[in-house]
Parts: sequence; C-alpha cells; structure tokens
Amino acid sequence: MADVPKPKELVKIRHSPPFLTGWMNTPTEIKQGIACYAGKPKNLEYVGLPNPREWSPFDADWKLPPNWKKIILDGLRERLEKFRSLKIFMDICVRCGACADKCHFFIGGGDPKNMPVLRAELLRSVYRKEYTTAGKIMGAFAGARELTEDVLKEWWSYFFQCTECRRCSVFCPYGIDTAEITIIGRELLNLIGLNTDWISAPVANCYRTGNHLGIQPHAYKDMIDFFLDDIEDITGIRLEPSFNRKGAEILFITPSGDVFADPGTYTCMGYLMLFHYLESMGLDITWSTYASEGGNFGYFTSHEMAKRLNAKMYAEAKRLGVRWILGGECGHMWRVVNQYMDTFNGPADFLEEPVSPITGTKFENAKSTKMVHIIEFTADLIKNNKLKLDPSRNDNLKITFHDSCNPARGMGLLDEPRYVIQNTCKYFYEMPENTIREQTFCCGSGAGLNAGEDMELRMRGGMPRANAVKYVHEKYDVNMLATICAIDRAVLPDLMKYWVPEVDVTGVHELVANALILEGEKKRTTDLRGEPLPGMEDMDEEEGAEQTEGAEA
Amino acid sequence: MKLETLLLEKRSNIVTHWLDLIFETYPPDAQRFFKSRADRFDNPVGRTITEETEKLFDQLLRGDEAGLENISPALENIIRIRATQDFTPSQAIGFIFLLKRSIREVLKKEMDHKDILEDRLRFESRIDDLALTAFDIYMKYREKLYEIKADQAKKQVSGLLRQKGLICEVPEWRPIS
Ligand code: SF4
Ligand code: SF4
Repeated sequence: MADVPKPKELVKIRHSPPFLTGWMNTPTEIKQGIACYAGKPKNLEYVGLPNPREWSPFDADWKLPPNWKKIILDGLRERLEKFRSLKIFMDICVRCGACADKCHFFIGGGDPKNMPVLRAELLRSVYRKEYTTAGKIMGAFAGARELTEDVLKEWWSYFFQCTECRRCSVFCPYGIDTAEITIIGRELLNLIGLNTDWISAPVANCYRTGNHLGIQPHAYKDMIDFFLDDIEDITGIRLEPSFNRKGAEILFITPSGDVFADPGTYTCMGYLMLFHYLESMGLDITWSTYASEGGNFGYFTSHEMAKRLNAKMYAEAKRLGVRWILGGECGHMWRVVNQYMDTFNGPADFLEEPVSPITGTKFENAKSTKMVHIIEFTADLIKNNKLKLDPSRNDNLKITFHDSCNPARGMGLLDEPRYVIQNTCKYFYEMPENTIREQTFCCGSGAGLNAGEDMELRMRGGMPRANAVKYVHEKYDVNMLATICAIDRAVLPDLMKYWVPEVDVTGVHELVANALILEGEKKRTTDLRGEPLPGMEDMDEEEGAEQTEGAEA
Repeated sequence: MKLETLLLEKRSNIVTHWLDLIFETYPPDAQRFFKSRADRFDNPVGRTITEETEKLFDQLLRGDEAGLENISPALENIIRIRATQDFTPSQAIGFIFLLKRSIREVLKKEMDHKDILEDRLRFESRIDDLALTAFDIYMKYREKLYEIKADQAKKQVSGLLRQKGLICEVPEWRPIS
C-alpha cells in the first residue's frame, strides 16, 4: 500500500477529472483474442457454482437468470457491509488519475477502460446509483448509472482484463487497490454464472483431485519419478523423496505447474536435489499427492472458493502430523497464504513456528501461518554457508530477474531471490528500476488470464515487462529471465517468444540445483535441461546435440 | 527545388504531424498518454512509436539500399505492437499512408508545383512499397500470435500426461436431485 500522501503531494492532486469523458457511452465489444471462453457447466456443477449452463460471451444472449439484477445488487450490498475496504474504495477516489497510466493493459494496449480508475468506475458508477443520494438524484451527472445487461457485460469484459497485480495501488495516494475491486467484481459475476473456463476448470479439478490439471496421486508420483530418472542421468545419483509420509517434520507444497509444465519441471527437479542435499544435514521433509497444488484459482472466483481450496493445505498438514509447511516458488499461492490463510482456515495451532532444521533460523514472519516460502529458506541456507555451490555451471546464462507481482508487492520478497541468484550465478543484470521490485510490471497473464484464446490481451499486457527485458537483452546480452512464480514460468516463455525470442525463462531453484554440488555426484556435463555446461560443449558433439533437441521437443 | 530538399527542411514538422496522425488512431486518453514524456519504460508504446517513426522517415528519405534495409527493424518494432492492439489489419498498417497526408498538409503550398511532381510520385510510390512490406510484417506477427496460441493449446492437452493416462478430468456429472 502507498503511504499516506504528504501535504505537498495532495496539492498536486487535481480534483477535477482530467479524463473519463464519454466512457459510459462507449459500448463494450466482446472480442476474440481478448475475451476468455466461458466456464463449462460440469465444472460449475461440481463445486456448486450458480447458473451452470452452456453459454458463450460472444453470443448476444448470456443466459442469465431472470432475477440476475437483484442477485448482483443484493450481493453488492452484502459485500459493502462485509468488506470495509470496498466501501472506502467506492467512496474516496478523487479521480486524480495518478493510477491511470500505471496498468500494463492500458500502457500496452491503450484501451481507456483499462485505466485502473476507470476499471473501478465500472463498479463505482452502479454503487453511486444504488447507494448514494447524489447518484440516485443526479444520475450520470454524478457519475452514476443503472445496472443494465450492457453494463454487466462491460464488467465481465474488464474484470477479466485485470490481473489483480496491484501495481496501480502503489501509485494511488490513497492506497486504493483496484485489484480488490476486481476481486469483488468477479465474485459478483460468479453469483450469476459469469466466469471463464480457464478458471473454473482448474477450480473443479483442484476440488476433486487436488490440483489444476486433475493429476491423480499415482500420476503425480510417476511424474516425479521421471524427474528422478533425469536427475540420475545428470548426476549419477538416485534420489528417494518421500510422499504422504506421516510424522515428517515438514510438508512441502508447490504449484502443480512445477510438476507438469516446462520449464517449471526443472525448478521441481531443483527442489528435489536441494532436499536430497539437505537430508544428511537433518532435513525431514515429505511431498503430498493430496495437497498437490499450491496455486489457488478459487481466489479468482470468490473468497469462499479460495477458502475451500486453501483448506487442504492445513488439512494435509494435520493428517500427516508435520510441524510446519514449506512452499514452492509461486505467486498468487503466496498472496492467499500470506494474506488470507490465517483467517480463512487458521489458526493452525496444531503446527509449530517454522524453524530451519539446518540453520536454526526462526522464520518469524511465518509465525502465524506456519508456512515458509522456499526462496527465504534457501537464502537463509546460503547466508549461513550451508550450500556447496559452483556458480560457474551457470556461466552460460546472463540472468535478469522478474519480480512476480504477488511475492513482490504482496509480501515484500524482493531481496531474497536476488541474493540466491547472485550466489548461484555470475552474470546478473537488473532491469530498469521503474520496472522492478514494488513497481514491477505484471507478466500480463495472472489471475487466471493465462488461457490461450486471449493471447492478444496477454501479449499487449505483457508488453511493458517484455520491453524492459528487451532492453537488458540488448544492453547486456541477457538470455535468461528468472522468476519465482509458476504462472510466470508458464506464461513468460510465450511472452518472450513474441517480443524477445532470444530470452528463455527459468525458476530460481533450477539455477540453485545447477550450481549445487551433491555429495558423490559424477562429473556433470549438462545442466538440468540436458544442455551442455559451459566448457562441455565439445565433450560429445553428437550426444550433446541430441540432448538439446530432446530438451526442446 | 527538389522534393527531398523540402522534406529535409521540414523534417521536424512532417514527422511531428505524422506522429500526431498516428496517435490519433488511438482513443483520446491513450493519445494523451502515448504522447506524454514518460520514459521508454513507463510509456513503451509511445516512445517506441515515436522513435521508430522518426527512423522510418529518415530511411525513407535516404531511399538508398542501406536505408531500405534498415527500414524493416523500425517497421517491425511498430507493427509488432499494433498487431496486438484493437485494430483491424488495415488500421494496424494504415498509419504508413498517414505520411502522405502529413506531407501534403505540411507542404501544402509547394506540393502542386510542377517541378516536384515527378519527385513526388517517386516518393509516394516508396511509401506504397513500405506499406506492402508492412503488410508482410503484420502477417508475420499475427502468425506468430496464432502459433503461440496453438502451442498453448498443445500445452493444455499436456501430451505426456494424457498419453500415459495420468490425467483424470472432472467427468460429466449431474447432482442427484
Ligand atoms: S484510485 Fe487513487 S490514484 Fe486512481 S484516480 Fe482514484 S484516487 Fe487517484
Ligand atoms: S491491479 Fe494491475 S491489472 Fe488490475 S487495474 Fe491495477 S494495474 Fe491494472
């Protein structure tokens, strides 16, 4: 949240809206390439979401329930009472415009309704009409308008063009968080069955099987076994991770993307190798095939759904009787854990305050949730000299770091990832300061927008991020974009393909594992992707070439 | 007097006017922002279009081999952006022809002079060639978008998992009523 504005800054705020003219009369077009597909009825039914039906946002008839307006307005009233922040955000915006040009969708695309202030006005205009005297009497003059079907379609369109990244809130002198308005907007829309397939399918799968894709427990384990084969090829060591082991000290939960999608899979191999390394030093950790998803697409649906999906983390920790939970590299998973889990499903008083078994460090910031982000855990290991590292194995990489919105703005994990990267890689270059840390530009595909059908939206929304990557690529020859978020690992490769094809994407623990010297390992010739390590390029030309091809396929 | 000399003399007016016309293809709020002085990271679309349009003009004016060769990267940088924005194909590349309009409006008086008629035709056909190149570039990036989309669809199917029967999706399901 931004600081309270100083008097001087307040003077600078213009109290007359410099823009916002005519937007109410600009009709909304639901466009291919921008809009996501609608949720399938089976997935809504499975989790009991309202109004399951076949529908398409590109049709004129959205098959709304007859009393849709009442449902939405009642829902809004209920939420205004329940969430004080919402009421405040509705009332205090002075339309100064400080946030207007801070949203990546507006910056990259130029659609004025993607200015955060206007996105919020979509909801606020209806709020004024229904709940303020001025709005009731003066209507459009007071920025108020009736909730009609067109307005509803506009909501759906633009609340699913916001990645809930909170960049805008950093610049608002009042700390208004448009992401929260989007969250409530989507929650209202879900009351009448307006959603997207790319969100509701993962929600249903997650509810049923425990993860987005619907990977069943044995399959989850099989995937990890494939990784163990690869690790054995590369290091000569067969690791033996444990699953669902009762009485382990620590439970490890990571987004399922790490298990099924490249390049997250290499990060997953990284976790496995790190845990193996630490075993002899006293790490007692287990994976779970039940709590097999760190991510939480329920959060892009409603608070209630987020809570339901989140519940399995503590439930599994309780079932296994662990002391605390370690979590993998993820973005919105951490927003939910850090900001909501405690009130959603806590207090987890059956768990203990997390302490690193290797260094004895107490993670006081996780005192209440009992859940630690692996990047903090690893940074602490390095700080205490517990890892034998050979950074030269990463010498063919020139790295830059993308701060993922949630760990950066949501929980202040700014220095830990950089510290880990700088200790495992020689070449690290920052992107310009107005594009990183608290001001980081979103990948453009968060909050459930990482579908395929909305690719134009994703490419324009990710443009400001890609533009900064392009700059460090041209200036320092950067060829690798590191990140600590599973959605980023899934979507940034697409973004790079379009804007900066010379740059690839990696998780930070992939870099750690490349550098990590395992006890008794054979001489490594390739990295985790099967590509030759620096200086090993001519080792075996043919074999090397084969492996590279394999990695790309 | 040669047209090239005139264009060189009025370079700044012509380019500024061309840029104004290009930015007018965006809604008013976006125009204001893209034209603002925010730096190349806060305002990447505006800065890229501004810088690359200037380069385009200069290279077009040179008209020699080297100039034409350098045109592609400048054109690509602009079109790659417009291919993701709310434009039809013709709108996305139509900004090229706005140069003709800019020149006509800036050089209103000089334009009809018969001495430069031939020059003018030659220069305008250079602009037409540019538009054709622009069309190719636009297609290249739209194809790239579809390629990424298609790859995404493949990723969704997640070959390895499905092949090995490792995925279990939510079945068709009806609540017991
Ligand atoms: S949300 Fe904040 S920054 Fe944006 S217009 Fe309102 S008061 Fe200004
Ligand atoms: S939260 Fe992010 S995506 Fe949403 S309006 Fe603000 S800057 Fe834009």
